[in-house]
Amino acid sequence: MLAYAFRRVLSAIPIALIAVTVCFFILRLAPGGPFDGERALPPNVLANLRAHYNLDQPLVTQYFIYVWRLLHGDLGPSMVIEGFSVSRLIAIGFPFTLTLALTAFVIATAVGLLAGMIAAVNQNKWPDYVLVLGVMVGVIIPNFLMAALLQLWFGVYLKWFPAGGWVNGSWMHLVLPVTVLAWPHAGRISRLMRGSMIEVLGTNYVRTARSKGLGERLVLARHAIKPALIPVVSYLGPGLSYLLTGSLAVEQIFGLPGIGKYFVTAALNRDYGIVLGTTILYMFIILALNLIVDLVYAWLDPKVRYR
Amino acid sequence: MAGITGKDAILTDYANKLARLDAPKGRSLTQDALRRLVRNKAAVVSIVVVVLIVLVAFIGPYFVPWGYSQVDWSAIRKPPDFDKGHFFGTDQNGRDMLARVLQGTQMSLIVAAVATVVSVAIGVVYGAVAGYFGGRVDAVMMRIVDIMYALPYILFVIILVVMFGRNPVLLFVGIGAIEWLTMARIVRGQTLSLKEKEFVEAARAGGAGPFTIILRHIVPNLTGPVVIYATLTIPEIIIAESFLSYLGLGVQEPQTSLGTLISFGAPVAEVLPWMLLAPAGVLVTLLLCLTYIGDGLRDALDPKDR
Amino acid sequence: MSKVLDVIDLSVTFALHNSEVRAVNNLNFSLEAGETLAVVGESGSGKSQAFLSIMGLLAKNGRTSGRAMMGPIDLVGLETSQLDRVRGKDIAMIFQDPMTSLNPSLKVKTQLSEVLVKHRGFDKDKAVTTAIEMLERVGIPEPAKRANAFPHEMSGGMRQRVMIAMALLCQPKILIADEPTTALDVTVQAQMLELFKSLTEDFGTALVMITHDLGVVAGVADRMMVMYGGRAVETGMVDELFYDPRHPYTLGLLHSTPHIAHRQARLDPIQGLPPSLEHLPKGCSFNPRCAFCFDRCLEERPPLVPVSEASAREKACFYEGPLSYEKVA
Repeated sequence: MLAYAFRRVLSAIPIALIAVTVCFFILRLAPGGPFDGERALPPNVLANLRAHYNLDQPLVTQYFIYVWRLLHGDLGPSMVIEGFSVSRLIAIGFPFTLTLALTAFVIATAVGLLAGMIAAVNQNKWPDYVLVLGVMVGVIIPNFLMAALLQLWFGVYLKWFPAGGWVNGSWMHLVLPVTVLAWPHAGRISRLMRGSMIEVLGTNYVRTARSKGLGERLVLARHAIKPALIPVVSYLGPGLSYLLTGSLAVEQIFGLPGIGKYFVTAALNRDYGIVLGTTILYMFIILALNLIVDLVYAWLDPKVRYR
Repeated sequence: MAGITGKDAILTDYANKLARLDAPKGRSLTQDALRRLVRNKAAVVSIVVVVLIVLVAFIGPYFVPWGYSQVDWSAIRKPPDFDKGHFFGTDQNGRDMLARVLQGTQMSLIVAAVATVVSVAIGVVYGAVAGYFGGRVDAVMMRIVDIMYALPYILFVIILVVMFGRNPVLLFVGIGAIEWLTMARIVRGQTLSLKEKEFVEAARAGGAGPFTIILRHIVPNLTGPVVIYATLTIPEIIIAESFLSYLGLGVQEPQTSLGTLISFGAPVAEVLPWMLLAPAGVLVTLLLCLTYIGDGLRDALDPKDR
Repeated sequence: MSKVLDVIDLSVTFALHNSEVRAVNNLNFSLEAGETLAVVGESGSGKSQAFLSIMGLLAKNGRTSGRAMMGPIDLVGLETSQLDRVRGKDIAMIFQDPMTSLNPSLKVKTQLSEVLVKHRGFDKDKAVTTAIEMLERVGIPEPAKRANAFPHEMSGGMRQRVMIAMALLCQPKILIADEPTTALDVTVQAQMLELFKSLTEDFGTALVMITHDLGVVAGVADRMMVMYGGRAVETGMVDELFYDPRHPYTLGLLHSTPHIAHRQARLDPIQGLPPSLEHLPKGCSFNPRCAFCFDRCLEERPPLVPVSEASAREKACFYEGPLSYEKVA
């Protein structure tokens, strides 16, 4: 198991490098960027940028400096707001975004798995139908619309939860955003889990387990869940990345102080520095999370460890 | 945002099943499937509704008394009022909501159609090439797909928009490029099995170059799964476009799309609910129906999946 | 000798889209303590479904009627929770495909020890030790190492041995083996049969060997029951049926098995095909393929009756007297 983990981490490094390289060259070659004089930037900003990016050096050297800086956690400066770097942005917004996304992820996955299991065990009875309905609503309504609707209903009409904004440490402010973010993910997970569980419950080895008189509860808990989780886990990687992008909209709509808000503003202002730096950050997070997911997968399905 | 609705796992599965059938059988399968599709009431109703929406969106504006950017100074921020012809009310600028919703629907549909074509084109070519050449080429190409699968595509689209400005062509290409990954995978799988067939061998013996074979022999036999997956991606593409428009990065003024309309309607929904409910209603209906159609198609071709 | 299992009028019906199919039709038989009964038949004869239903392992659209008495308990009427008290403990089953019948994500020792923990109340360590001893008993080399492995790390033959060990751990009175050697090599098959013989002797277990292979029957069984179209058509001691079959189907089966000493130009299968369970022929289900068939066979279905006054042998055929193959050819 450890050997597999080691190999997996090793294989993630070239991917990360490729991603960084691609970003670097996009930064350099982008039209309308601050480097080709298309935009009228105040001369001191321009001068700072040039100095910062060592534009007098050959491209290769620039690349290595860039990577070096990255390894030291320096993601580059903003190109619009003087003196504001991506690193500062992260320090401000990242912890929040991470909390939001992870909370939503954990809740959604837990709820999804449970719901999927219940639906599978009660196939075609009422819990199954309720689940299908819930999934449908979550998956079809886009998150920004869901946010608007929930805001209206629970925030303004019922006044159960604050419709937006953020007060430090107040979990009430998180309820609606987390719900909006988590619902579609929970829906997809539960659908996958339901299908997978139904398939597992029909296998020969579950039949063997039943024939041993273990009782349906033990059969489910010990024999069915682990194999059923396997196809679901392989969805978690893309699922997580979708949650992260979803958090962009949610933060915008609810006015939450995460990276997403700054990211969108930067995009609208064509601030390459922030946009690209944040993208690299997102990519690293996602690569790391996918790594963890792969390790969980290997734990669930021992056959994978030999790849 | 590959596999937003998780359908790609099911689709790849189905495509693998299809791969085990003979190419000639594929045609009678389609007829059989059409019969089954017709029996699926939800799908049939959905098809009717979608066709209606499309017709109304494109022909409607000729029958509505107000243009979508026309301002009626006497009716600003007014709820639906049949006397004045403002069936969906007006917005803060006095523009007729019905006209705007129709225009928005048009725009969303156009983007969806073009983006789907782009997505299908890229996916089919990529997948067919990877599948046909096999070996290292295939391994490398698919590894790229695997890597991109895990990365948030929307971020790249946003970067593209940032770099190239709000160019409508870019919008089509960018959004279309979101969904090609799974299409490529499915097409590659199909190609791998198709290329072993006799007619491919015959073509090769006749001296046809690889690209001729791909374009003239393999691609036409891919129609089945491609059509299904294309239908299933349309909702995802509409959502992607609305999302971008909502953030302000998609369709620009004076054009609107459903996403933009919702972004205008949401903040004032408390006092002007019709501004949110009208575009939201259309969007949800469209997505719901397209999902039912997609599910219906999939069930029609593989009923055991229930 | 006491009966460990007494099956009375067992019927298994499956509900299909527009119809019902009777996979097992009024089956009657009994099993003595410690004996080995072979249940022989083609695919579709109902041989597997009968025992799956006794074990409560039927598919969701299956219904069982009749009785299966294991001592005072009727296995057919039981709730699943009640059935779980005896399954794995007093009656166990092993299945045809060892490749898919073991859980791929659990270690072998877990799958073995859990029956002991559940039914005998052992603690985990004692259960694992006992399991390893059993693995050795079924002929698995390096049992401790194997116990710590996953099923996919073993060959088919070894996995089947694991299944046998798993079934016998609680020393059940009845072991049902559903074609346990079909998926294995012929050489491994022979070893398996030896294993079955020695285990059932040692533990005193009654064994039901479901098979379509007469070689297996000869190698391991005391008595045999031949099934066709969901019913039993002939029962008796193995030697009796092999040398003096009284049902034309049994005769056909025996004759279609090539003899190792005689050279044959062609195989002699039974003419015709097994019947569709949804559309059984009127009268005796075998009549379209039977060389001994006469008018009565087309009208009435022959009941399962003793061959002669004092005999324990039974047959479901109207034809009286011994059958000879010359008449068929």
